[in-house]
Amino acid sequence: MIDISQVSKTFGSAGPAVDDLSLHIATGEFVVLIGASGSGKSTTLRMINRLVEPDRGSIRFAGVDIRQIKPEALRRRMGYAIQSTGLFPHWTVAQNIATVPQLLKWSKARVADRIDELLTLLHLDPDAFRGRYPHQLSGGQQQRVGVARALAADPDVLLMDEPFGALDPVTRATLQAELLRIHALSGKTVVLVTHDIDEALQLGSRIVLMNHGRIVQQGRPIDLLRHPANTFVHDFVGRTEIGIRLLALDRVASRLRPGERAAGEPISAELSLREALSAFVARRVDRLPVVDEQGRPAGALCFDDLLER
Amino acid sequence: MSRTQRALSFCLLALLGLAYWLPRAEPVFAVLFPGRDRLIYRQDTFVDLLVAHLWIVGVSSGLAALAGVGVALAVRRAWGRAFRPLLETLLAISQALPPVAVLAVATPLIGFGPLPALIALFLYGLLPIAQGTLAGLDSVPASAREVACGLGMTPAQILRHVELPLASPVILAGIRTSVTINIGTAALASTVGVKTLGLPIIIGLSGFNTPYVVQGALMVGLLALTVDQAFAVLAQPLRRWREPDGQETLSALTL
Repeated sequence: MIDISQVSKTFGSAGPAVDDLSLHIATGEFVVLIGASGSGKSTTLRMINRLVEPDRGSIRFAGVDIRQIKPEALRRRMGYAIQSTGLFPHWTVAQNIATVPQLLKWSKARVADRIDELLTLLHLDPDAFRGRYPHQLSGGQQQRVGVARALAADPDVLLMDEPFGALDPVTRATLQAELLRIHALSGKTVVLVTHDIDEALQLGSRIVLMNHGRIVQQGRPIDLLRHPANTFVHDFVGRTEIGIRLLALDRVASRLRPGERAAGEPISAELSLREALSAFVARRVDRLPVVDEQGRPAGALCFDDLLER
Repeated sequence: MSRTQRALSFCLLALLGLAYWLPRAEPVFAVLFPGRDRLIYRQDTFVDLLVAHLWIVGVSSGLAALAGVGVALAVRRAWGRAFRPLLETLLAISQALPPVAVLAVATPLIGFGPLPALIALFLYGLLPIAQGTLAGLDSVPASAREVACGLGMTPAQILRHVELPLASPVILAGIRTSVTINIGTAALASTVGVKTLGLPIIIGLSGFNTPYVVQGALMVGLLALTVDQAFAVLAQPLRRWREPDGQETLSALTL
């Protein structure tokens, strides 16, 4: 879907922001670009929709060199969401979501249908939210609208620059789950920039760790945690917390002992093992009853099962 | 009708009422200024003077608004950015020249009549408008501009749909200041023989006729209040989206 090949970009007299970077992003992938500030992750993202033009190298989108597509036309095919939401304060929620469909001259009825569909998808009641202005929304609601706007014209690719960076942890976790659900539902290609390793591990089907404009390591979340390529990666994924983060990658359902029983308040099979660990410690037990999504008893989880065998 | 609209109607009625009443006010002025003749200015009707005053302010401020917004937009483009400090200096200088001095210099060069007055008023009105436009555009959140670009708006669409609507309250405030000041300054144009509401004031001052001065000043003052209130009414819808329960339907969307 997106082919970045040997791309470099230098701003001013400082060293290169992006240095001879090559990256292939397949259709339907959820790629997370992660790194410290100044690692070139945002610049890489912004080169994909031509907000930044590379000095050298080429980027192909669906097989076509993006320099052959008009920047505006290219951007209308790629959803774009940023940290501060960038909602237009003088437009209602509906008008904000309608931005790209309007630019593409969709019919009024089609736009109105799409707005309701997206508000519903993002769990905002269309009748209550359509006519509101951004300042009448909470931070989390604003970001939902920002995501809806990015999705509005059904783009092939979704580009997100630290979309949840400014949210409180609870809202962020909810929206991350929503984004995963939307990704699974729509099969869209997503490229997301973040500096939060937990966010990257939770969201990415592939993580690209960058430093000084180069890729240090890329792979599935479990690859980065199990086989860090060097000490930089090891430090970045959090030396002392690797075990915890490994647990966060798996669900309770994967270590469940079906049919067994345990006493106490049951936990959901959909929880991560990290949350299960927390429950073991907090309740001072070594066996927890587990229920499935419908709340029916599914079995038990033992403390020992947290260790992979 | 909102409070601002009621205030505007009140000012407008008072202004027209005064223009109608002044020629009939001889008994009142006879009491205020006993023992004088020529109590009421009668060389022109006050309605004529009001129309002439509005015309000269309208033309000079209209041109100043076009030019002021135009240059401000120009120095924000990539090719004009280098000229911004120069523009700000020139505007400051034009503001520092007293309008009477501009009239005194322009009149021998161009001759008597409305043209030197229009030039002086135009220059004088430019600064608040250009500054208001620059301040308004500077106040547009960078994130809104970036997203507009990232979603695929052309520079012209960004200007029309994002930058100008968001800057419009501040731009309008600049125009409001400029016009209100120009209404007062236009009265001075009568020193070079232009017919404005300043004429009774100038004639009254040179002939030691205080009633004339009072009549001209009352008219100019009320006109300034009325126009200021008219701008307050114009500014209301521009801020509708800031109000706590603003509701707008999709049909108002005009991309």
